[in-house]
Amino acid sequence: MPSLSQESRRGLTLISPTLIYALVMLAAPLAMVVMFSFWSQNYLDLDKTFTLANYRETWTQPIFQVLMWRSLRISLVVTAATVILAFPIAYYLSFHVKSRKALWLFLITVPFWTSYLLRVFLWKVILGYNGVLNSSLMELGIIKAPLTFILYNANAVVLTLAHAWAPFAILPIFVALEKIDRALLEAAEDLGDGPFRRFWRITLPLAMPGVIASTLIVLIPTVGDYITPKLVGGTDGLMVANMIQIQFGKANNAPLGAALAVSSMLVVAAISLGIFLAGKKFGGKVK
Amino acid sequence: MDDANHQPIIEIRDVVKSFGSVKALKGINADIREGEFFSLLGPSGCGKTTLLRLIAGFEQTTSGTIAIAGQSMKDIPANKRPTNMVFQSYAIFPHLNVAENVGYGLVRKKISKADMTAEVEKALSMVDLAGYGQRAAHELSGGQRQRVALARALVMRPKVILLDEPLSALDKKLRDQMQQELRSLQKSLGITFILVTHDQEEALIMSDRIAVIFDGQIAQLASPEELYRRPVSRKIASFIGVMNFLEAEATGATDTHFTIRVPALGEVEIARRDAPAGLQAGQINVVGVRPEMFTIVSDGTGSFARTATGTVISTDYYGDMTYYSVALPGAADPVTISMRNTAGRSIARDGSEVTVGWGADSIVLLE
Repeated sequence: MPSLSQESRRGLTLISPTLIYALVMLAAPLAMVVMFSFWSQNYLDLDKTFTLANYRETWTQPIFQVLMWRSLRISLVVTAATVILAFPIAYYLSFHVKSRKALWLFLITVPFWTSYLLRVFLWKVILGYNGVLNSSLMELGIIKAPLTFILYNANAVVLTLAHAWAPFAILPIFVALEKIDRALLEAAEDLGDGPFRRFWRITLPLAMPGVIASTLIVLIPTVGDYITPKLVGGTDGLMVANMIQIQFGKANNAPLGAALAVSSMLVVAAISLGIFLAGKKFGGKVK
Repeated sequence: MDDANHQPIIEIRDVVKSFGSVKALKGINADIREGEFFSLLGPSGCGKTTLLRLIAGFEQTTSGTIAIAGQSMKDIPANKRPTNMVFQSYAIFPHLNVAENVGYGLVRKKISKADMTAEVEKALSMVDLAGYGQRAAHELSGGQRQRVALARALVMRPKVILLDEPLSALDKKLRDQMQQELRSLQKSLGITFILVTHDQEEALIMSDRIAVIFDGQIAQLASPEELYRRPVSRKIASFIGVMNFLEAEATGATDTHFTIRVPALGEVEIARRDAPAGLQAGQINVVGVRPEMFTIVSDGTGSFARTATGTVISTDYYGDMTYYSVALPGAADPVTISMRNTAGRSIARDGSEVTVGWGADSIVLLE
């Protein structure tokens, strides 16, 4: 090992617990998945000769493409809905709540007090055939028969995910808005901008880092979500992660599952990079 | 200055501003003339910035009116007012470069791109930043940010430019330079400038007129010289420069004059017109004397009809000036006397006895 300066040695010591944790729990499993994706399943054994067959199957089999597209579509819709709905909340919190900001932030985190699984189940209760929504609407005489398009399809997945990820989207935008010097807004107004123009020219570009962070925080995990589609998605709402789970489980084809996982990871990474660069461009050279 | 030639560009009438139960401004009346350099001077928290923000339109008056160029500003938002502000923090847009910052307000005006570039470049050269257009905001020094903020306001050709302590973040050398530049720019453009500052020296150097604000009220509105020479109250006198306060009483009063007896100095007649308006003889219990209005008559040089004898307590040597603290019989506190260290003048030693010369016009009557 080349000799390290005392400072960098001290730095390494400081981060070593985290580093070890990251290596063991993140890097190693990831490396294993990548390795698996180049192997093949031979009934009960793994054939460890290098092959690209899994990737060939992943990228040519229509079912995987359909699932990948659906996953992307659903999570893009979820992300757009979540971020667009989160922005006004973050904006209100930052600009119009004068006192008790901490209380508001605390209230926003309240949904996290119950488990994710429980919240998904609650949506099932709300959206179900005899659920809260349907029975209320029927009691009120607004509908004659229960609505069926609200559960066990992609709509239900979007609704459930958007609700679950809302706080994650609100907080980064809130932080970015809080960092905007209020004198900048006054300066824009002073120079002739009305509220809308000022928002477009100052507030939004300066909030862009937060918007990008929110977008990525919601987009990346939702592409790979499999609990929600499984519970409320029905067959139309199945996503790529469900297929990956099946390959690792019932289908007993871990290498194919790994190739699917790596492929979807690359697709998400490419999209994320695109969003990041686009946002940076719009947000300007904020330093 | 002749009032007839200077139409008020801003008329402030009975302006009151409350924040909750706190009254920041308690009835402000002032006319600001077109083309003048007007300063709002006062200690922090006196309400001077609030008044500036009311003129800019960032705050709304609780009662009273503000008119700019004859038009009432009631319900007119900041973006529709003929004023532009240079903010204390400069408020340079961090995501835009210098040219985009300066041209920010021009985008809304319907002018061609070429005209806009020319306007921006012209404004930048006015503040000595020609060629800096493509610099990013974060590459600018404090002084440059200040200039960009000024150019951004100038390019709008407003009727009034509002400056909120624009020089307080700069070091002394740069501040002195910017004071000169701001002043000459204002004179050459003829735009009305309103400056908010807590620095009395800055206000004296730059302004045509100064409104001293204490506790939400205008304590005195006058030219710098008038303010320094004839402060109306003890509070203003001690806020602006250094002032010695001496016990006094009026021993007589005619239609035109007061006769004042100052125990430490003697008796003197002062014209009523040199006293604060409406001052009654019975109210007089203190007079003020500026340090430079005393002269130490060393070695018998100089001739003063009126003298007093005192003892030097301490000296502070400033190079060009020496400040003496001199105990005068009959004065409760030692008086401060400043002397230029001109050629041949010796510096009086601590403990030595000196003759202090003064004149009738050295004495300032205070409320």
